[in-house]
Amino acid sequence: MKMEKAILASVTTEENRVHGSAAVFKCDTKEEMEAVAANLEAILDGIAHALSDQLYIIVKH
Amino acid sequence: MNEYTYPIILGILVGTALRVFMLRTDYRQYPTYLHGKIIHLSLGFIAAALGTIAIPSIMEKEFTAVTFLTLAASQFREVRNMERNTLTEMDSYELVPRGNTYIEGIAVAFESRNYLVIFTSFVVTLCYLALNIWVALGAAVVCFLLSGMLMSGSKLSDIVTVEEKSISFDGAGLYVDNIYIMNIGLPERQEEIMKYGMGFVLTPKEFSVRSTIANLGQRQAILHDVSVTLGVFRDSGTPALVPLIKRDLNDGRIGVFILPQEKDSKRAKEIIEHVPVLENAIQMPSKKGRRNLS
Repeated sequence: MKMEKAILASVTTEENRVHGSAAVFKCDTKEEMEAVAANLEAILDGIAHALSDQLYIIVKH
Repeated sequence: MNEYTYPIILGILVGTALRVFMLRTDYRQYPTYLHGKIIHLSLGFIAAALGTIAIPSIMEKEFTAVTFLTLAASQFREVRNMERNTLTEMDSYELVPRGNTYIEGIAVAFESRNYLVIFTSFVVTLCYLALNIWVALGAAVVCFLLSGMLMSGSKLSDIVTVEEKSISFDGAGLYVDNIYIMNIGLPERQEEIMKYGMGFVLTPKEFSVRSTIANLGQRQAILHDVSVTLGVFRDSGTPALVPLIKRDLNDGRIGVFILPQEKDSKRAKEIIEHVPVLENAIQMPSKKGRRNLS
């Protein structure tokens, strides 16, 4: 089966807002969150989408 | 040498010449290679021979020889498969793929051109044998003109108006004019997109056209043609940098977001206007009578 779309990881500054099976990366500042998301985007070959200022998800399309 | 020699030679020559005429490597770069061209020229030659031979066979009352034409038909269906397979294989390695609809369109064109060659050779030989060489040459010219006409389908500029529109971000959402394209989270990606991206809006000229340009294959063809011609600012590890087309559900307009290496809006507009309207994408809802709908 080929997975069409999947959340590979979430990057957040507010840990209590994210749960689930995908990896969650907790960051202290917005800058750190952006840096981690940029790295993950390149590593996982997914796209970093912003759901809010505190939460990014890396999605495989 | 017998009475059929010259008509057969003329038929084959005209048929092969027609195939050469229809085999132009244009900006879409297919077929690019010499070997690819040789395949098509050889098949064109075979098609011309088949079309030509039919007439003398009938004149000699060898009617069974016409069954050769059925052989030709299955042979050229194979051409379509060959083209489809090659292009599909290659497509997965393109930065911006052609898409299946475009590939199918190209494959069908290759098959049908061989039939045009058969038909031309058939008519030319028939005219030569039944009348004389001058009529045959006249028929050849008519066939060339006809093929030229049949070959050029319509272009996007026939069915839509293309306008350049600005791209903008509303939070993380990327917009072309007021059409939502995608969510780009990272500020550095947003900067790259603002720097390299361009937006166009295609407005349908009439109602029937809406479903044609909404076709995903047609949209992919637009993106592919633009990316091939102007280059594309993306690589295999940067999935966020992807040219996309989205539709405005309210009025059927489509927003084209592209990332050309060469940011030349005039040229980009021209290229979009010259994208072929894919046969398989054309739908004609307005042809359905309204009387049964009440």
